Amino acid sequence: MATKGKVTGIIANLVIVEVDGPVSQNEICFIRLKGVDLMAEVIKVLGNKASTQVFESTRGLKIGADVEFKNHMLEVTLGPGILSRNYDGLQNDLDKMTGVFLKRGEHTEPLNPDAEWAFKHIAEAGDKVEAGSWLGEVIEGWMPHKIMVPFKLQGDYTVKSVVADGTYKTKDVVAVITDSKGKDIEVTMVQKWPVKVPIKAYREKPRPFRIMETGVRTMDTLNPLAEGGTGFVPGPFGCGKTVLQHAVSQQAEADMIIITACGERANEVVEIFTEFPELEDPRTGRKLMERTTIICNTSNMPVAAREASVYTGMTIAEYYRSMGLKVLLLADSTSRWAQALREMSNRMEELPGPDAFPMDLPAIISNFYSRAGFVYLNNGESGSITFLGTVSPEGGNLKEPVTESNKKAARCFYGLNQDRADSKRYPAIDPIDSYSKYLEYPEIQEFLKKNVSEDWVDNVTLTKDILLRGKEASEQINILGDDGVPIDYHERYWKAEVIDFVILQQDAYDSIDKSTPFERQKFMLEQVLDVYHTKFNFNSFEEVNPFFKSIINTFKQMNYSEFKSDKFNDYLSQIKSKINEGKAV
Amino acid sequence: METSAFQKIYTKITQITKATCSLKAEGVGYEEIATVNGRLAQVVKIQGDSVTLQIFSGTEGIPTNAEVVFMGKAPTIKVSDELAGRFFNAYGDPIDGGPAVEGKEVEIGGPSVNPVRRKQPSELIPTGIAGIDLNNTLVTGQKIPFFADPDQPFNQVMAMVALRAKADKIILGGMGLSNDDYLFFKNIFDNAGALDRIISFINTTENPPVERLLVPDMALTTAEYFAHEKHQKVLVLLTDMTLYADALSIVSNRMDQIPSKDSMPGSLYSDLAKLYEKAVQFPEGGSITIIAVTTLSGGDITHAIPDNTGYITEGQLFLRRDTDIGKVIIDPFRSLSRLKQLVIGKQTREDHPQVMNAAIRLFADAANAKTKLENGFDLNDYDERTLRFAKDYSRELLAIDINIDIEQMLDTGWRLFAEHFNKSEVGIKDSLTEKYWAEK
Ligand SMILES: Nc1ncnc2c1ncn2[C@@H]1O[C@H](COP(=O)(O)OP(=O)(O)OP(=O)(O)O)[C@@H](O)[C@H]1O
Ligand SMILES: [Mg+2]
Repeated sequence: MATKGKVTGIIANLVIVEVDGPVSQNEICFIRLKGVDLMAEVIKVLGNKASTQVFESTRGLKIGADVEFKNHMLEVTLGPGILSRNYDGLQNDLDKMTGVFLKRGEHTEPLNPDAEWAFKHIAEAGDKVEAGSWLGEVIEGWMPHKIMVPFKLQGDYTVKSVVADGTYKTKDVVAVITDSKGKDIEVTMVQKWPVKVPIKAYREKPRPFRIMETGVRTMDTLNPLAEGGTGFVPGPFGCGKTVLQHAVSQQAEADMIIITACGERANEVVEIFTEFPELEDPRTGRKLMERTTIICNTSNMPVAAREASVYTGMTIAEYYRSMGLKVLLLADSTSRWAQALREMSNRMEELPGPDAFPMDLPAIISNFYSRAGFVYLNNGESGSITFLGTVSPEGGNLKEPVTESNKKAARCFYGLNQDRADSKRYPAIDPIDSYSKYLEYPEIQEFLKKNVSEDWVDNVTLTKDILLRGKEASEQINILGDDGVPIDYHERYWKAEVIDFVILQQDAYDSIDKSTPFERQKFMLEQVLDVYHTKFNFNSFEEVNPFFKSIINTFKQMNYSEFKSDKFNDYLSQIKSKINEGKAV
Repeated sequence: METSAFQKIYTKITQITKATCSLKAEGVGYEEIATVNGRLAQVVKIQGDSVTLQIFSGTEGIPTNAEVVFMGKAPTIKVSDELAGRFFNAYGDPIDGGPAVEGKEVEIGGPSVNPVRRKQPSELIPTGIAGIDLNNTLVTGQKIPFFADPDQPFNQVMAMVALRAKADKIILGGMGLSNDDYLFFKNIFDNAGALDRIISFINTTENPPVERLLVPDMALTTAEYFAHEKHQKVLVLLTDMTLYADALSIVSNRMDQIPSKDSMPGSLYSDLAKLYEKAVQFPEGGSITIIAVTTLSGGDITHAIPDNTGYITEGQLFLRRDTDIGKVIIDPFRSLSRLKQLVIGKQTREDHPQVMNAAIRLFADAANAKTKLENGFDLNDYDERTLRFAKDYSRELLAIDINIDIEQMLDTGWRLFAEHFNKSEVGIKDSLTEKYWAEK
């Protein structure tokens, strides 16, 4: 019999329930209020009192309200039909909700129970299978969606039967498998999984060994994100976190993108709703929405569901990874999730850690990050989850607990710099403070040597050195004055500026400049390094600035032109002749 | 508010703090309102049979035997066309001597719009101020604050923007407004003949601070009525949100919550976001645009209030006095409208984005030249030219007393470029330079 309870205390969305039977930590319950059921999660148990966080507004709730416990944790429903959906943090399908305003207690089906899917078997009767084994597939949009042995099933099974290829509904039985004791289990296309538990239906999780192309030059060229890798983007408000994530979501080389809008602006999600059905994936020509799922818990939606939203996103990512797909998970912003944890911990009067955040914040965050990664599935195929999150540091101070917790967990750091943003040097990723640990991985270096060029890694290191030396030169010029330093300093500074303007800065709103494929990035880096390697002949520091400004200006025109088009080549030859003119003989 | 016959009256208060009181009561709903000796209060905590009420006007003089009456509902407002032209206090009661408003009674602070039912904001709001229209274009459905030190003329600029915005309704939420500023708004709207489009909810410095907490919800719920049900273009002005946040911290402090940065409640982000996210473009044409004021202390935007605001709003407008021209300007560096991309170069001339960026970049070069000068270095020819450009740019485009249309702003931009620079120094796409460069 299900455990029941009565409400005995209410402080905002923390509701205390007196229970009449067993409850477990993180169990889901429903609180009855004027004919609707408010979903809540147990976050603490003390004797027969369970503290629950309610995922909705508790306005009007009274002492004594009935509560029913569900004997399971917060779960998502996994099956064909998730792709291209817009969900809230609890996987309610937002498009199925009625009315302009969100109604409290309205729950909608994440999948369409009546949808029919053309099923093709993969497994045969007699096959040995385990959790995550592929039994068959349906085509979801364009994507082969594997129907798998439910992740909840432990141990070894034998396929007893698989239905004939044909059209089936989501909840139809498509296979029967038998456990070691001879018990038959019916398998449909749908399964449920608790979001806070990682799906581990894979054999091995090696270190990431290849790059995920994002089309963002300052990332790919200077500090690449690995496929199956993790990165985070901290930055003060307005410095470009969301624009950067949207750029990555449009251009990244992934099969599927899951965008979690966690406690941020609704209009930013509306932008995705509006544009993704129109914009094309440059690699496949399909509409971007066809490879995207949105989990949306904007800042005005219930605070407790922010936490749920990032876990819902991660669990859906794990599900698709188990099908052998390359998934990219984006979360904007992890700070909002941390703040939701803080609000709750505060209401529960827990002993606070730094800045009143819960003590276990670093552990919670690194646990979450550890669910990303490249994996070899049990059948030898591979899949990956690459995770890129943003952080919104309080007061723009990178020493605050959320940034520090992310820093411990993520392998790439793309720090946005207020000064760069103020001078509109977008993307404002600080080229000197940011890093990608993957560049140090021998397997990634090998990959770059093989796939880009033999001297690529050396060139990247050189580029970073040039930027650093340029910064030093500019500091010297500022201290000593234009004519207080050798002309060399000006040249050094401007050579770094060339890299900054041509490689680092990228116009997210220009149809061509916004995405640069790796081949073009390589070509452009070679061009600016040519400039760097040239020794110029300047008679006074006053000649340096106009010369490089003119080169930069032409390079920028190149960035706005189609790769290797006549215009592009024309600009290139203009640059070459300018270089020749200025060259020292 | 009148008491109905069946309502139970409690007279045994068990605990009183500066902002709250507690008593034993049954059948009370969370966030329900009550009166305590006639003062409006709201349920903020229920534990067993003990109910804690926040009294908006403070607890001074509340006795333990005060009469407590629960109203069985959250705070409400009556909405109808009758609201137009009226002035109310934080509770929604008239303060202009007029009669009470009849209409549909709705709870304030209601649910959010389903994000998939929103429309992308797309309609430009022209203000004539180039610091806004050229560099930080506003769009209906946007939420954006002025960040300004208390001595800046933010209320004047806001009123000017409001009157030029061609909104169907302007709803003013005044929090901790000085009486003089209240009268300023009243007069300027009156003189503009706009009073019939204005609805005001006013809490002045003479009213208790905690009452302010009701003002934005009153204003925004009213806005929702006109924007959603009447499909009108509504502009909501909230001034000063810093004083609103201060009231939040008073309450949380008196409820013994652990403060986070700058003694603000840990929920400040969520509390502010709930209000600002009411800005919306409805598919049927109505919209709510929020223009707010967040006063800074000594220009510090890392303080929790502007910081959290910046993370929520779609940009901010910075007012700063430019001593070179002796006028207040909209600072192009720290100001930002994040929705401008949706309209500039699309609803405005194609060269808009590039002119805007180039001018700001050159203005930044001028700032560097100024630093150089201050550090005692010689300026080169380029530096000198940027300084001259900056002065013209500031006077002809950034100053808040400008009132021209966007084409004129762009033409002015090109004129200033040609006056002070050559084409490659300006660095705009060739195709545009060919078309618009204003030969001297
Ligand atoms: N790559 C870019 N190209 C051009 N403009 C950009 C770029 N990146 C950012 N911007 C500008 O900066 C503004 C703010 O960017 P964005 O919304 O991404 O900031 P954010 O860091 O996400 O801020 P918040 O923390 O408040 O959400 C954009 O609206 C745009 O005007
Ligand atoms: Mg953002």
